[in-house]
Amino acid sequence: MYAASDLKKGLRLKIDNEPYIITEFNFVKPGKGQALYRSKLKNMITGNQFERTFRSVDNFEPADLREKKMQYLYKEGDKYCFMDNESYEQVFLTEIQVGDSVNFLIDNIEVEILLFEDKPIGISLPNFVDLIVTEAEPWAKGDTVSGATKPVKVQTGYTIFVPTFVTEGEKIRIDTRTGEYLTRVKG
Amino acid sequence: MNLRAKLIQNIRHFFIQHDFLEVETPLRIPAPAPEEHIESISSGDWFLQTSPELCMKRLLAAGYPCIFQISKCFRAQERGSKHLPEFTMLEWYVAQFDYFQLMDQCEAMLIQSFKDMGHTQNIVWQNNKINLALPWERITVTEAFSKYAPISCQEALAQDKFDEILVEYIEPHLGCDRPTFIYDYPAKLAALAKLKDGNANVAERFELYISGLELANGFSELIDVSEQRQRFEEASEIRELKKWAHYPLPEKFLAAMEKLPTCAGIALGIDRLTMILANTDKIDDVIAFSPENL
Repeated sequence: MYAASDLKKGLRLKIDNEPYIITEFNFVKPGKGQALYRSKLKNMITGNQFERTFRSVDNFEPADLREKKMQYLYKEGDKYCFMDNESYEQVFLTEIQVGDSVNFLIDNIEVEILLFEDKPIGISLPNFVDLIVTEAEPWAKGDTVSGATKPVKVQTGYTIFVPTFVTEGEKIRIDTRTGEYLTRVKG
Repeated sequence: MNLRAKLIQNIRHFFIQHDFLEVETPLRIPAPAPEEHIESISSGDWFLQTSPELCMKRLLAAGYPCIFQISKCFRAQERGSKHLPEFTMLEWYVAQFDYFQLMDQCEAMLIQSFKDMGHTQNIVWQNNKINLALPWERITVTEAFSKYAPISCQEALAQDKFDEILVEYIEPHLGCDRPTFIYDYPAKLAALAKLKDGNANVAERFELYISGLELANGFSELIDVSEQRQRFEEASEIRELKKWAHYPLPEKFLAAMEKLPTCAGIALGIDRLTMILANTDKIDDVIAFSPENL
């Protein structure tokens, strides 16, 4: 159990049987009054946010969360299937749970699946992924302005702005945290 | 750091000019005043003071009528953007004053300090311009609840939500246009204040706010020894239930209290006042080293 004095930004708690993460936190206390802990919490399944003020006598259950390395296999309907390469156990995530990560999800990519009490609830990608450019306008002569960019499509269907010299069929490295182009990758 | 040093020098100057005696009392004491919501930090068999109140009142009882002190106070588990477990408090007492006279003097002291620091008309803190001209706002706690809160002060007390409502609905409005004193706290929250003449439901206690920031707390001091003993015993019982540190009753203070004159006293947070002058909302910005930085 956590005591109110253990609360801090980023801590994950179980409230009403759901996992929450503290996104904002402040200790407030009128000089002669009681200590209060004002927190903003985000439900890690639904994404809903709410504010709550706790007292120093309150106790909190830690959320049983862990991450497991899994491989993305395929999409079926609106479910995404992942497999543990050691136990061959398969789990499914919904489109909402996968969220923006779908932009970088290629077959066989290794990801971290977030489990809450052994139920999958979310995904975290490696920081960098290499994707193939599938659609790009050819490099027109005259596009010599340094820093000029153009939109291209990668194999997942995601559209990204890249420098004008990038051509169709090339592999590019993308930072999954920002969704931005980093560099071209050889081979 | 420069602002802080200059502020403290100016405050000293004000009190010396007004014939106050600067005193120093021990930081490490055997018997702090038991309070329901303030926990001390132990130091060997004794405790670090949470405020210099009891020792300073003993000096008043010993015949020093106007005294001030700038000292370190320690409060366990108080850490936030506006709280430090070790902070600097200005505390002063005046014999024969009541809480309204002390509010006047607090205004005079702060207006002089702001002026010495280059703020004559107003001061801007966190994009909020505060008019420093007199009169400063004075409203009772009951009025503040009916003006800003969804429930009355009575209802908040009955539901044990006084502090929550104060913090959430009332404090953000206090001292925004001009500094605000809220006064006449419910008797239950009297601390060491005397109950109001003719209305025992409230205590002659006040707090000063500037732009939502609690800056000072003062009272007409309780001088009735048996009532003081009873309040200490009640607070000790509550602390016992919370499993907080057991303090011996401050018997030497209670004995000295027999000679305590009518007086009023106030404690003002120097770090918070410096925050306002430095236009920062983080207490860490106005101290040399935060506890995490040591």
